[in-house]
Amino acid sequence: MTADVSRPAVVVLDYGSGNVRSAVRALERAGASVTLTADRATAMDADGLVVPGVGAFASCVAGLRAANGHEVIGRRLAGGRAVLGICVGMQVLFAHGVEHGQDTPGLDEWPGVVERLQAPVVPHMGWNSVEAPAGSTLFRGVEADRFYFVHSYGVRDFTLQTKGRTRAPLVTWAEHGGDRFVAAVENGPLSATQFHPEKSGDAGAALLRNWVESL
Amino acid sequence: MSLAVRVIACLDVDEGRVVKGVNFQQLRDAGDPVELAKVYDAEGADELTFLDISASHQARKTTMEIVSSTAEQVFIPLTVGGGVSSVDDVDRLLRAGADKVAVNTAAINRPELVAEVADRFGSQVLVLSVDARRAPGTDSGFEVTTHGGRRSAGVDAVAWAARVADLGAGEILLNGMDADGTRDGFDLDLIRLVREAVTIPVVASGGAGRLEHFPPAVDAGADAVLAATVFHFGTLRVGEVKQRLAEAGSAVRS
Repeated sequence: MTADVSRPAVVVLDYGSGNVRSAVRALERAGASVTLTADRATAMDADGLVVPGVGAFASCVAGLRAANGHEVIGRRLAGGRAVLGICVGMQVLFAHGVEHGQDTPGLDEWPGVVERLQAPVVPHMGWNSVEAPAGSTLFRGVEADRFYFVHSYGVRDFTLQTKGRTRAPLVTWAEHGGDRFVAAVENGPLSATQFHPEKSGDAGAALLRNWVESL
Repeated sequence: MSLAVRVIACLDVDEGRVVKGVNFQQLRDAGDPVELAKVYDAEGADELTFLDISASHQARKTTMEIVSSTAEQVFIPLTVGGGVSSVDDVDRLLRAGADKVAVNTAAINRPELVAEVADRFGSQVLVLSVDARRAPGTDSGFEVTTHGGRRSAGVDAVAWAARVADLGAGEILLNGMDADGTRDGFDLDLIRLVREAVTIPVVASGGAGRLEHFPPAVDAGADAVLAATVFHFGTLRVGEVKQRLAEAGSAVRS
């Protein structure tokens, strides 16, 4: 057993988003020393920040803003410090979300809109395979595995302009019922998954370990 | 490249103990839901469902502890149902570590509960459990029942499924009460009718007895298959079911 001091410190941002118990435990299993908190200083100082999220886009953005999560995320990214968004915690990183015809601004770290999936059966619920790009850190060793998704909205178009020497984000895609959407993004310090790694068994554990080891 | 058909193992839990648990070789305590959940996980179950049949409020608290303990040790989705009748009940279970909550009778008594839960926590947490039986004279030929299939709720089962989907349910857990316990196979007509009526996932439950019963349920439109008894008694193993589904052409998680 590694001593706690050598384990990367990870904060799971506690802003009232549903079931985070599994995320905390799964990250601990992946080798992190985990704190569940909304405390600004702790969240700023951590080696990695995890932004969970379930439910509606608008209420997640509102919850994040109320807890000053948007500011913590922005400051961390400006300093090149790792942030991992999960499920709606990924969606809120995009420019905006449209639910029931209502457009809500997101955190705008990435351009793009979160919109309703166009598939015969929605929510997209269950274990799906992904198309991870070459060079992915998160999917190293689990490129061919299935991950657990549960969502009705997604990002169906990701176009990020990169200039000069900026590295383009690595985008992983998934498909359901003929619709194609973003399953994960790796973009410098900012990573995110649409699926739930903390609910994706051994494959999810490996992905979280890949992230924790990158901290 | 497509979504895998889910195989869900269901545990009936009473006062924190598994009802009618089988003594698997690798189990230290066959009555411990957490131990059994770990076995099902190791065997490849895609999800777990705990159905709490405890009668008392006090016993339900024990279930909360079981849910927490499972969520901290088993990293696949966990649905919990049984006696859920309010938004507060749902909140408590989600906080304890459930990913989804199954609602049954309470939604029949007060359909607004479906919308209240969906608005507060999102559709994805809400599994609407429908206990349906054949009833000549109804529009679809099936009606909703309560009390373990013994009493009619006076509602057409297919119309009810469509209604709760509109109200915001994220998934239908479809229990064929005529088939339940018979081990003669799923009620395929029921699955087909509900599949045509809703665009949310449908979980087929009730009647599984042999491996060959599973592929027809998927062909009839089920997105997932759930069984309790055959897994409890070790009649069938989760891995065998997935293998049979794969042989029949379904995508499964290996």
